Amino acid sequence: MLRSLVPVLTVVAAIVGLWYLAAIWMNATWVYDQAAREGREVMLVDLVTETLHQERPVLPAPHQVAKGLYDGFFGQKVTSKRSLVYHGWVTLSATLLGFVMGSGLGILLAVGIVYNRAMDMSVMPWAIASQTIPILAIAPMIIVVLNSMGVQGIVPKAIISAYLSFFPVVVGMVKGLRAPDGMQLDLLRTYNASAVQTFAKLRLPSSMPYLFASLKVGVAASLVGTIVGELPTGAVAGLGSRLLSGSYYGQTVQIWAALFAAALLAASLVAIIGLAERVVLQRMGLVR
Amino acid sequence: MRGWMKDRAENAGPVVEARGLDLVFQTADGPVQALKDVNLTIDKGDFVSFIGPSGCGKTTFLRCIAALEHPTGGSLTVNGMTPDEARRKRAYGYVFQAAGLYPWRTIAGNIRLPLEIMGFARDEQDRRVKDVLQLVDLEGFGGKFPWQLSGGMQQRASIARALAFDADILLMDEPFGALDEIVRDRLNEELLKLWARTGKTIGFVTHSIPEAVYLSTKIVVMSPRPGRITDVIESSLPKERPLDIRDSRAFIEIAHRVREGLRAGHGDEM
Repeated sequence: MLRSLVPVLTVVAAIVGLWYLAAIWMNATWVYDQAAREGREVMLVDLVTETLHQERPVLPAPHQVAKGLYDGFFGQKVTSKRSLVYHGWVTLSATLLGFVMGSGLGILLAVGIVYNRAMDMSVMPWAIASQTIPILAIAPMIIVVLNSMGVQGIVPKAIISAYLSFFPVVVGMVKGLRAPDGMQLDLLRTYNASAVQTFAKLRLPSSMPYLFASLKVGVAASLVGTIVGELPTGAVAGLGSRLLSGSYYGQTVQIWAALFAAALLAASLVAIIGLAERVVLQRMGLVR
Repeated sequence: MRGWMKDRAENAGPVVEARGLDLVFQTADGPVQALKDVNLTIDKGDFVSFIGPSGCGKTTFLRCIAALEHPTGGSLTVNGMTPDEARRKRAYGYVFQAAGLYPWRTIAGNIRLPLEIMGFARDEQDRRVKDVLQLVDLEGFGGKFPWQLSGGMQQRASIARALAFDADILLMDEPFGALDEIVRDRLNEELLKLWARTGKTIGFVTHSIPEAVYLSTKIVVMSPRPGRITDVIESSLPKERPLDIRDSRAFIEIAHRVREGLRAGHGDEM
């Protein structure tokens, strides 16, 4: 644990250092403009302090983002419209619903593809085509169409989220369900096993490592889908709306804080699936 | 010992009967004759080895008996039924070259697999798993996962899996082919004991002459392109076979005849 801590911290320190340098460099123009207007010289010390403490910097410094995050999480009641906990929960709930819908659909499609020749020939091209359409283009249409049908709130966002997350699950599960080799299938044939038994006793357990790998990709895609789905809703709530309103009003710190909140959320979701993977595969004896 | 002698006397009908069996595979490069005019009778309690170079159709013939391949000509019966009917009646246990144990099941869980599929009651499953683990000398390993066992032990577990249900035919496709010679010798000795104790009819594919002669009551010599039987040798060796029987005169004579048969099969082709 300690051995891996040192290199990890070194990399983090390097990134933070580069970030500070970039912040000074990118925010310097504004400092020079201000100084020229006031007719004063800019010393190096002034440059550093002024570039790192602007209210609307081009690139906020790490400590500003950290403060934005801290204020967002702990600065007010979690029900406040300024709270990242509130917006994070709005995004998370739609993400989870979309993820469950998307993974469920992905697994069902994969089973269909493996067991039905017509689906095998026809579904995959459509699934691939669906992912080549920019989600940014299709998201507003889904919102508008569903809204005209009277569906509002969490469901339209969850559908966009599911739209992104079903694909990795389909691909992974098809591969996983087809993982058993001819010999293992022959063995079940000699037992005269039914198709359901072959699925439950061989194909499904074989697919578990593949399933978890694709669920990790899927949950991250779900979060992206939800955030994209929040953009055209008129910036009501959610991390996506925080990003949008931040960019409307030039609140770069707010944008970056929302970005980091989203990244933290994605990392936690992936970590939770990783944990479930460890537990399940260990109980199956697939991890030594 | 008592078991198989009695059974053999009572049940005169052949277990496997092949008459003029042909099998042609349609491949991208045109038809390939895998089996040509194969005639063979296997009686109850026989230990039949199939020996020959690769491509001679020995595995294919075994797979025909198991209804994993379908002959394109001739007739084949298993216990008086078509191979497919026999498969549906679970007439045989099949042991593949690789143990093919499920890595996510324990040894006991793997042996339980056919029993679960065939719908045995839970306590009956437990009893049978215990019995066959004892039969293949793996008591105490039921709770281990396959990767915790050596290759020889894994193969023994896969034999136990094939023995767990009541098939009286055991089909084995080079089961010890991937194991080293010392382990192989021991497993061969154990297999003979197991055969004597259970009275099963065994079909055994191998490409080792000593293995075939040591194990079999009947040795079927095959040759390739097209796969066919060139010689069927009834062994004159006694049922009790200690490992040192391989130095006896009778053993060496049979081995010689097998080698001659293999060479003759190759000669045609040249």
